[in-house]
Amino acid sequence: MSEISRADVEHLAKLAHISMTDEELTTMAGELDVIVDSVKKVSEAVDAEVPATSHPLPLTNVFRRDEVGEVFTAEQALSNAPDAEDGRFKVPAILDEE
Amino acid sequence: MTETLPDAAPLSFQDALEQFDPVLGFEVHVELNTATKMFSAAPNAFGDEPNTNVSPVCLGLPGALPVVNEKAVESAIRLGLALNCSIAESCRFARKQYFYPDTPKNWQTSQYDEPIAHDGHLDVELDDGEIFRVEIERAHMEEDAGKLTHQGGSGRIQGADSSLVDYNRAGVPLIEIVTKPIVGAGSRAPEIARAYVSAVRDVVKALDISDARMERGNVRCDANVSLMPKGSSTFGTRSETKNVNSMRAVEHAVTFEIRRHAGVLTAGGSIVQETRHWNEDTRTTSSGRPKSDADDYRYFPEPDLVPIVSSPEWIEELRSTLPEPPAERRRRLREAWGYSDAEFRDVVAAGLLDEIEETVASGASPATARKWWMGEISRLANARDVEPTALGVQSATIIELSGLIDEGRINDKIARQVLEFHLDGEGSPAEIVSARGLEVVSDDGALTAAVEKAMAENPDVVEKVAGGKLKAIGALIGPVMKETRGQADAGKVREIVMEKLGVS
Repeated sequence: MSEISRADVEHLAKLAHISMTDEELTTMAGELDVIVDSVKKVSEAVDAEVPATSHPLPLTNVFRRDEVGEVFTAEQALSNAPDAEDGRFKVPAILDEE
Repeated sequence: MTETLPDAAPLSFQDALEQFDPVLGFEVHVELNTATKMFSAAPNAFGDEPNTNVSPVCLGLPGALPVVNEKAVESAIRLGLALNCSIAESCRFARKQYFYPDTPKNWQTSQYDEPIAHDGHLDVELDDGEIFRVEIERAHMEEDAGKLTHQGGSGRIQGADSSLVDYNRAGVPLIEIVTKPIVGAGSRAPEIARAYVSAVRDVVKALDISDARMERGNVRCDANVSLMPKGSSTFGTRSETKNVNSMRAVEHAVTFEIRRHAGVLTAGGSIVQETRHWNEDTRTTSSGRPKSDADDYRYFPEPDLVPIVSSPEWIEELRSTLPEPPAERRRRLREAWGYSDAEFRDVVAAGLLDEIEETVASGASPATARKWWMGEISRLANARDVEPTALGVQSATIIELSGLIDEGRINDKIARQVLEFHLDGEGSPAEIVSARGLEVVSDDGALTAAVEKAMAENPDVVEKVAGGKLKAIGALIGPVMKETRGQADAGKVREIVMEKLGVS
């Protein structure tokens, strides 16, 4: 039974601002479903006693002292920007949100 | 389906409160004053040239790895403790994903299911001294977003052609404080709203974890309002008014939302759950976007940052650095100084508690400290268009000036001039008094001569005084002051006149 519906993919695509054709949505739904099914095998191997792991490394409290380090110049920061103005990144206006 | 009636006229505040009980909730974002950002060593600074305080982490460049600022975590724990919260033994960061150019990574690093602090309270002092307890749901760490400037159109996003992005603010450490629903506020809801934000600002200032300047956005408030019919205990649908960034605006925004909700509800409509914008000019809110798909943030644990574990030892060490709670401090100082309620309120409103406390600690009487800070220093600061604290007046200067007055060497008026000369760099008050020859004329010869001249020039006044109208002496003091360039001791002038005329 398919877990990932075409509607799910369409919703995600909308959230990520990725435009997809009908055909791509159907294909992607099928492919994502296979991936989810494969990952599901993990849950067969563990029982309810095993807590979900968000961080596999046995590390905590990796901190940095509050000391200023290197930064880019504005020119460096903007060097890969498709468009810039007044030392700032220029992006198309995004409507419907604020 | 019920009509929403968004255009129903707001009810008067009084009418609204007769029918409904307001429920409030606040999300206050506090920008920390750390030297660097939350996850990178780029400077956390205000007002620099655009995109000059950015690192690969701030720009979300591929492969850039965030590292947590230890001071920001300490600030979060200290704030949590000051808000009487429990500090999580272990907590982690999460990605809050949304697609908007103010965040170059397309997610904001925040905390979701495991905030660093939770379940606290803050006692808020209202105008009449009553204490209202606001329950705190959680305080969590996150990062600020970049600053967008919309081009074209009206400058607002609607109608803009493009936006310019400055990422200097992206990644600046924030702590978001979320209250539990505040019920039972009744007609005092707007006042409680203002007092709560004010209390949060006091706390972060006392902790010295934020510059706490609301006009710069160091403290930002989102205000949630909903209404329930009197007698009901089921919360209504809430609206969330974003970025209400002054204490007065918080008060007005809550007032307006209560009136607007009541207008819609009594007209038979229903409230839409949405974010709203605060319009300072009209003191109204306007509809933003409805809660919708856009709020599908798909949080998941941030894989690039390992959990934070707060040991009891660390927490206790940080607890020992907490300042006296601001409300307690105010109560203590009010009692110690013996000011009237109005006097004390003015001092608090002027933000001069620290200065007066220091001046009193240096040996001035509370009355003298208040007289100088609230009087002449504030007046001079106003004339020079700076904050009183920015004048750099030292407690020692105030004590020296008031000493000179007490010794009768200068009068109040001269003392005010001396302060001005002092601020202009002419030296200590005593140096100025002697260099400029400002000492009150008390040697009898010079003063007597001036009095005699004034009496000769004002025979009618002399006649009145001689006839027993002692009040008329005042008319002679002006001419004597003029003659002595303001350096006469008025009491002494009186004595001489009375002695000469043989009246008492």
